[in-house]
Amino acid sequence: MRDLFTEVWESVRRNKLRTALTGFAVSWGIFMLIVLLGAGNGLMNSFMRGGAGFASNSVSVGGGWTSKPYDGLKSGRRIRLDDMDVAITAGNQFSQYVDQVSPTVGTNATLSLGKRSFSGYIDGQYPAAKDMGKVEMLYGRFLNDKDIADSRKVVVMPESTASRLLEPGQGVETLLGKYVKVGSLAFQVVGISKADRMRNDNNLWAPYTTVKTVYGKGQEVGSISFTTKGLETEAANEEFEKQYKAAINLHHRAAPDDERAVWVWNRAHQDVQMKKGRNILSTALWIIGLFTLLGGIVGVSNIMLITVKERTHEFGIRKAIGASPWAITKLIISESVTITAFFGYIGMFLGMLTCTILDKTLGQAKMSVFDEQIAMLVDTGVGMDVAIEATLVLIIAGTLAGFFPARKAAGVRPIEALRAE
Amino acid sequence: MLIELKDVNKTYDNGQPLHVLKGINLSIDSGEFVSIMGASGSGKSTLLNIIGILDNYDTGEYYIDGRLIKGLSEKQAADYRNRMIGFIFQSFNLISFKTAVENVELPLFYQGVSRSKRHELAMQYLEKLGLADWAGHYPNEMSGGQKQRVAIARALITNPKILLADEPTGALDSKTSEEVMQLLAKLNREEGVTIIVVTHESGVANCTDKIVHIKDGLIGRIEDNREHRASMFGANTIMK
Repeated sequence: MRDLFTEVWESVRRNKLRTALTGFAVSWGIFMLIVLLGAGNGLMNSFMRGGAGFASNSVSVGGGWTSKPYDGLKSGRRIRLDDMDVAITAGNQFSQYVDQVSPTVGTNATLSLGKRSFSGYIDGQYPAAKDMGKVEMLYGRFLNDKDIADSRKVVVMPESTASRLLEPGQGVETLLGKYVKVGSLAFQVVGISKADRMRNDNNLWAPYTTVKTVYGKGQEVGSISFTTKGLETEAANEEFEKQYKAAINLHHRAAPDDERAVWVWNRAHQDVQMKKGRNILSTALWIIGLFTLLGGIVGVSNIMLITVKERTHEFGIRKAIGASPWAITKLIISESVTITAFFGYIGMFLGMLTCTILDKTLGQAKMSVFDEQIAMLVDTGVGMDVAIEATLVLIIAGTLAGFFPARKAAGVRPIEALRAE
Repeated sequence: MLIELKDVNKTYDNGQPLHVLKGINLSIDSGEFVSIMGASGSGKSTLLNIIGILDNYDTGEYYIDGRLIKGLSEKQAADYRNRMIGFIFQSFNLISFKTAVENVELPLFYQGVSRSKRHELAMQYLEKLGLADWAGHYPNEMSGGQKQRVAIARALITNPKILLADEPTGALDSKTSEEVMQLLAKLNREEGVTIIVVTHESGVANCTDKIVHIKDGLIGRIEDNREHRASMFGANTIMK
C-alpha cells in the first residue's frame, strides 16, 4: 500500500500543474454537488417548517353526499356527522390506530366588541385541536379540559380576528380577559394565537361542550379530527381509511364503498407527497451535481490517458522486469482515485464551508409570506450520509476515470511498449 | 539444456507479411556465455525477444529448463520474466524518476518482497558492482557505464537463470564497453550465470565463449570462441 502510494506520489509530483488543473474540475463538481444539495435541503426544511399547518398524522372527517343508492335510499343524500360517529371513531373498532379524537361543531354568529362588530364563526373545539392544528399561542392559553368539563364561556382567537375587534393601533394582547359578544352571549377571551396560514379573520374557538349546549346542536357534529398511530405505510393508511369510511357510512345507511358519503382528509398522504417532493428535488440536484462532476471526471480520464501515453516506455520496462498487467492497472487506477479523492475532498470541504456561510447569512434572512416571517433557508447543509455517498461517488468516479486508460496501459505488449519513446 | 529452440518461426504482419525467423534450432546450456551476431534485419533481436518471453512465436517449440514457453498469459509471462530472466538493454532502460537503488529493487517489488528486504538486497548488488555510493542518485546523474552497471544489478537481483543483453555496449564508448563486457565475463566465469548477448560488433562477440551467427532468419555458423580469437583486433579489445 505504501509502495503504491509512493509510486502515485512520484507520478503526481512530476506533473503538479497538470494535476492541479485537472483536480480543480473535480473539486468544482463536488463543490457544486454539496452546495446544491445543501441549499436544496435548506429550501425543503424551510418549506416543511412553513407549510406544516397540521400534524402529519392527523385526519379530518366531514359529512358529504352519498353517490350510490343503498339500503333502499337513493343517492345524493346529505350526510351529517353526529355523536355516534365520534363514538365509532373513538370506539374499540379503531382503538388500535386512533389516538386522540377531537370533534368540532360550529355556528355562524355576529362577533362584537364595543362598537365594532362583524359576522363570524364560533367553533367548538377540544384541547387536542391545538396540537392537531399546530396552533401557536401568542398570549394567554388555549382551551383546556376544565373549559370542556364546565362548559365555560371562554374563547381563543387568532390575532387576525382579534385585530378586527379592536380599534386600529391597539395591541391584541389588550383583549385578554375582556368579554366579546358572540350573538347575544358574552365570552371571555383567554388566549390569542398566531394567525393561521389561511388567515381566517372571523373565527373564534370555544369549548366544544359550550357550543354544543349553548347553540342547541343536539346530536350534530361539524367535523371530526383525530390523530392516528401505528400507520407506517401508505398502504396501511389506505386500508385504515377504507375500513373507517365503511364504518361511518354504515352508520348513516350509505354504501360501505361510497367514496363521497363522508370526506376523509388524511394528512399522512400529504406527508408522503412532501417526502416524495423532497426525494424528487434531491434526486434532481444529485443529477445536476453528478453531471457537473462528470466534466471533472472526463478531465481526469483524459489526463490519465496522457499519462499512460507518456509512460508507455516506462510500463514496458516494468513489464520486462516482471510487472503483471494487473500491477500496471492498479498503478493507474490508484493514481486516478487519488487525484479524484484528494481534490474531491477539497471541493467537499469548501462546499460544506459554503453551506455553513449560507446558513449564517441567507439562512438568517426572512422572507415575508402572508405576514408570516419565513426563513428562505433553514439548516442549510448536508448530513454525514451525503458526505459518505459523495465519497463513494468519488471513489467510483476515480476508478471509472482510470479504468480505460489503465486497460490501455495494461494491454500494450511489452515489446511494443519498450520501442515507444 | 537450459534453453532449447526447435524450429521456431516468426512472421510479422504489418501490411506485408515478413518472415523474420525461418526455423531456428538452438540449444544453450547452463553456464554458457553466448553471443548472437548478425546484421541489422537478420532477426537477432526478434530471437532475443522470444528467448526473453517479451515476444511470442508462431510455430515451433521453446523450452526453458524443460518447460515449454508457449501461449502464456501476460500474467504468466510477466512472472516467468521476473523469476527466470534478467534483461540488459542498449539504452539501459532505467526508470528516470527512481534512484539507482530503487531501480534495482523493482523486480523484487513485483515479487512481493518486503521493503526492507529488497532494499538490503539491492544495496548488496550495487556494492558488488561498485556503485554503493551512487545508490541515492538518479539515472541522469550517472555516466553511461554506471547506468549499465545499475541495469546489470537490476537484472541480477532476482537471481535469474538467464541474463539477456541486447546490444549492451551500443550506447557506450569503447573503454566502457570493454569494462561492461569484462564484468559480464566475470559474472559468467565466477558465478556461472548463463549470458546471451546480441550484438553486431565483432569485438563484443569476441568476449563471449560461443558466437552464434544469424543471417536472414536462420542460424548460420556456430563458432567456438573459447580462445577469444574471433576478432581480428585480438582478444579483449573492442574497436568502435
